[in-house]
Amino acid sequence: MVDMKVSLCGTELENPVIPASGTFGYGREFAELYDINILGTFSMKGTTREARYGNPLPRIADCPSGMLNSVGLQNPGVDAVISEELPNLEKIFRKKVMANVSGFSVEDYVYTCARFNECPQVGWLEVNISCPNVHGGGMSFGTDSEAAAEVVRAVKAVTDKPVIVKLTPNVTDIVRIAKACEAAGADGISLINTVLSMRIDLRSRRPVLANTTGGLSGPAVFPLALRMVYQVSEAVNIPVIGIGGISSAENVLEMMMAGASAVEIGAANLTDPFICKKIIENLPEVMEKYGVSSLRELTGGRKNG
Amino acid sequence: MIRESLFEIAENSPLSENVRRLRLRGDTSAITVPGQFVNLRIDGVFLRRPLSVCDCEEDTLTVIYRITGEGTELLSKKSSGTLNVLTGLGNGFDLSLAGSSPLLIGGGMGFTPLYYLAKKLERPTVILGFNTESEILYEKEFRALGAEVIIATADGSRGIKGFVTDAMESLSYSYFYSCGPEAMFRAICGCAKTDGEFSFEARMGCGFGACMGCSCKTVTGSKRICRDGPVLKRSELLW
Repeated sequence: MVDMKVSLCGTELENPVIPASGTFGYGREFAELYDINILGTFSMKGTTREARYGNPLPRIADCPSGMLNSVGLQNPGVDAVISEELPNLEKIFRKKVMANVSGFSVEDYVYTCARFNECPQVGWLEVNISCPNVHGGGMSFGTDSEAAAEVVRAVKAVTDKPVIVKLTPNVTDIVRIAKACEAAGADGISLINTVLSMRIDLRSRRPVLANTTGGLSGPAVFPLALRMVYQVSEAVNIPVIGIGGISSAENVLEMMMAGASAVEIGAANLTDPFICKKIIENLPEVMEKYGVSSLRELTGGRKNG
Repeated sequence: MIRESLFEIAENSPLSENVRRLRLRGDTSAITVPGQFVNLRIDGVFLRRPLSVCDCEEDTLTVIYRITGEGTELLSKKSSGTLNVLTGLGNGFDLSLAGSSPLLIGGGMGFTPLYYLAKKLERPTVILGFNTESEILYEKEFRALGAEVIIATADGSRGIKGFVTDAMESLSYSYFYSCGPEAMFRAICGCAKTDGEFSFEARMGCGFGACMGCSCKTVTGSKRICRDGPVLKRSELLW
């Protein structure tokens, strides 16, 4: 028997598999396909203070081994999430959920986090300072260590839930940003959000995405994400969630060896809605194959080259 | 309910220079109503490719696609073997509103979901619009179902010279169903005498409502073309 349990900021997860924000909605579509209670937890669609329609279409482009998205944080706003989505979620998911929060000002983040702080269903706040698809917010906080720290300090002041900061890879020194977040009181780090990217349609000679640029995700970014998870987990003493292109149980082990305490699965949910279930079911066999008896002990458990 | 299953390729043959008909054998039980679509995994591209269901029988699914890019190019080269397909996607047409004389309006490749719809309706009238005679597809197949078929070509090389809306003028009908380019939908909205519905197309991420990649604005707020559509009612549209 292998042990798949891991711990995330003081809460035990049955397994480390967490569908990533923006690829799992509020759970409804997937709960029709399988019992989502098998998940470690999941991260809800990025939520902002006000409702947002998001960016014009097309918002999606295909890439070799990945995809671009420029959805632009479409969501019904925190009040609707709390009054409509969370009561619905209660019927299909009995575990604590992760609330992913985005904003355009420090006040936005504070407001939305304070609202979620009142919700017993929410186990963690994932503060997204890394969305590449909106102007004047999101990633602009995650590319500057002082701005990142300011958001973390302000949010920590209004919540007693663990605050996990989701970082962007679109920086020259990810370690510096991660350390600033830790120093400001973050309880965990999740990385990476998508990589700012672009495609052009040869026929029209225009960018495929209406927003010109978008975020790259999928297997193409896995090695990049792994490197950043390795660097950050070496530098901080808080748990790190590894995100980026994970699409197999083998990828989960590799990401945990790099230093992750848990993982988020993103783009893979979109091409295979059953992928998280398949990974969870496949994990014991792959753990045995590689002689891993406990996932918790695997975190950072690699031999250095 | 969405189903993921393997289908065997029974046919992947040209209907014209750039158009292929793909017949797949497998479990079609998740396809419950005309106007739904399937999402095909194609080796060599990351995202699945959504295609309208053109026909569906007990164990056979037919889709018709135009080669427009990398995904469909790769798909066209596959003549045997299996494909991983998500079936049961999208809301489909509302057959209960058809009335006694439904009108089906297809523009270009938009005829594909209308064929399966025509199979389920009593002697519908079908307008098929194409740019030119050489692009006309499925005229015989629709006639074989007992439908009255009216052809319109933009250059006048066959049938009525002009657009599908020119063919609509003299007709009376109880309700309409349409699939084709959005510019055609707008023109139909400008002249149609009854309520009706449109099957939309979009670049999709997932195809089942998770990613918000294909949202559009309607009179009742934002809708996901893949999940709340692809069929939207005329009364829902903002134009």
